[in-house]
Amino acid sequence: MSDAMGRGEMAAADLPVAPGPVAGDEGGSGGPGQQNAGAVRPGRETLRLFMRNKAAVAGVVMLVGIIFMTVAGPRIYDNDPKDIVAIPLTGPGELEEARLGTDYLGRDVLAGVIGGGTTSLTVAAMAAAMVLVIGISIGALAGYYGGWLDSALMRFTEFFQVLPALLFAMVLVALFEPSMWTISFAIGVVAWPGIARITRAEFLRLRNLEFVRAARAVGATDWRIIRKVVFPNALPPLIVSATLIMGTAILFEAGLAFLGLGDPNTTSWGLMIGLNRGNFLTAWWSVTFPGLAIFFTVLSFSLIGDGLQDAYNPKLRGR
Amino acid sequence: MLRSIAARIAQALGLILAVMCLNFLLIHITPGDPATVIVGESGAGDPELLDEIRAQYGLDRPFIVQLLSYVGRVATGDLGDSYFFNEPVTSLIAERLWPTVLLVGTALAFAVAAGTMVGVATARRPESPLSHGATVLALVGFSMPVFWTGIMLVILFASTWELLPIQGWHDVSYGEGLLANVLDVGEHLVLPALTLGLIYLAQYSRLSRASMLEVLESDYVRTARAKGLNERRVVYKHALRNAVIPVVTVIGLQFGALLSGALLVETVFNWPGLGRLAFDSILRRDTSVLLGVLMVSSVMVIVANLLTDLLYTIIDPRIRLRERSNV
Repeated sequence: MSDAMGRGEMAAADLPVAPGPVAGDEGGSGGPGQQNAGAVRPGRETLRLFMRNKAAVAGVVMLVGIIFMTVAGPRIYDNDPKDIVAIPLTGPGELEEARLGTDYLGRDVLAGVIGGGTTSLTVAAMAAAMVLVIGISIGALAGYYGGWLDSALMRFTEFFQVLPALLFAMVLVALFEPSMWTISFAIGVVAWPGIARITRAEFLRLRNLEFVRAARAVGATDWRIIRKVVFPNALPPLIVSATLIMGTAILFEAGLAFLGLGDPNTTSWGLMIGLNRGNFLTAWWSVTFPGLAIFFTVLSFSLIGDGLQDAYNPKLRGR
Repeated sequence: MLRSIAARIAQALGLILAVMCLNFLLIHITPGDPATVIVGESGAGDPELLDEIRAQYGLDRPFIVQLLSYVGRVATGDLGDSYFFNEPVTSLIAERLWPTVLLVGTALAFAVAAGTMVGVATARRPESPLSHGATVLALVGFSMPVFWTGIMLVILFASTWELLPIQGWHDVSYGEGLLANVLDVGEHLVLPALTLGLIYLAQYSRLSRASMLEVLESDYVRTARAKGLNERRVVYKHALRNAVIPVVTVIGLQFGALLSGALLVETVFNWPGLGRLAFDSILRRDTSVLLGVLMVSSVMVIVANLLTDLLYTIIDPRIRLRERSNV
């Protein structure tokens, strides 16, 4: 995009002449958190605001519940999700051994819901980590250095933004063997541009602020300024996006698994829905419960993300 | 102005070229040998036949020559032949393009229109129960996997109430003629478009609510109110135009995601579009078709982005193309 270049060059040209803060900075997101750590603790204030937000706390409770179910569930509830335990397509509540009914092969739906979370959460966490590493590196370099590097990296980012993410992930998974690694990799490769843009915008905003100039003036290296001075101040919007990225990654994983492009050796919520697709009119429970599991997991991340956003940015509350 | 539009178009062409190169690269790093796939179909495996096939499809030439000839061919609209159907990929895709465009277009129109209306209505009374309900709905809409929403809607509307068809896009029960055809497709379109539209309805209502709240606090709106304009006019004529800008931005940015969603929705409803084609091609290991769909979808996203940029200048004349926000 021509504007990316224009802006980058303009900002670079501004550097020696204009000492004021970069336009558009209203101290909106976070502000220089590290600077006044002694007086008011912004972290604690954020936490307090976050805890007062009922929806956000509900999200945390939901997420903790889901993680507990995923980690401890298989130990308490000993049906294996892959075992055939009863007559196929039995409704929920009809059987002692399968409270939420059985699927088209007679497998326990409840066991699947409990066991399927491991794949979803692991893949989402790995994918989100990858998204953050790629997105933050590219965004930080582009935003901090500006100039030709910025415009080159932004071109690169734009290119990834025009690829329809799920289709591209499908292609990647289809071309290679589907496994937890390839799926995380595919999601990571398609989902980073958003984070890169946010990081770049934050770095652009911060890089000419006084405390960054001060760090530069006392001779800190670029690497040190990026890591210790700019990055901590760019964190709030990144934490919010990272939370939301977890939700997106879970939806991605579920979509791929639904299409049959998941790891065939693990149980996952999306895979359960995909496998039972042919029977959903006769056995609604076999697709409804795994779907609810996905929904509540993503919802918990959305609620937490929103709560963090409001807590970091009280001005925008309720929007 | 004209120059910046030209620059914008040139950039779009550059992106298309980049997508071509990526496509070619993907063909090359595919672990399977397409020649064996083709030969496998005819049930033989002798090396002479393999060489013949490689020569026929140009698979024995050096990388860079293949790349250049690939780009040249794609530029003239030739995306190669399907290994499975032995038909040009372009004609396969052309058949499936219209259903996808129809689905995505309807869903988008529905989401934008309904989303903006909900957003505006709730922004005017930010503390009303309706407003809080809309916020909750937006979260719910965003968190539901789209293919699951589709299945739930089918269970509700087709199984429980038996109101709407759930598969494909044509019924033999309808008669001939244009009107019957339109009604037929229209009836089949309702559920898929609703499924796909709901996520974006949720997001757009939230977005337009936020931007409307901001715009309603601005000075020019206060001026408009102060000079005695009625509230309706202030909101729908003065404020709406500015409030809708973020929605337009997001449409452009999210068009790829919208297409991705359409892909899942098509699979649920057996809608004969590009998504189904891509999905079937994966099952058939028909890489050329799969990559053709990736290519065409990316071009669609690029074109959609270009159109959004042009739309900006219409909605808001202050926004010159090169000043567009980067976030």
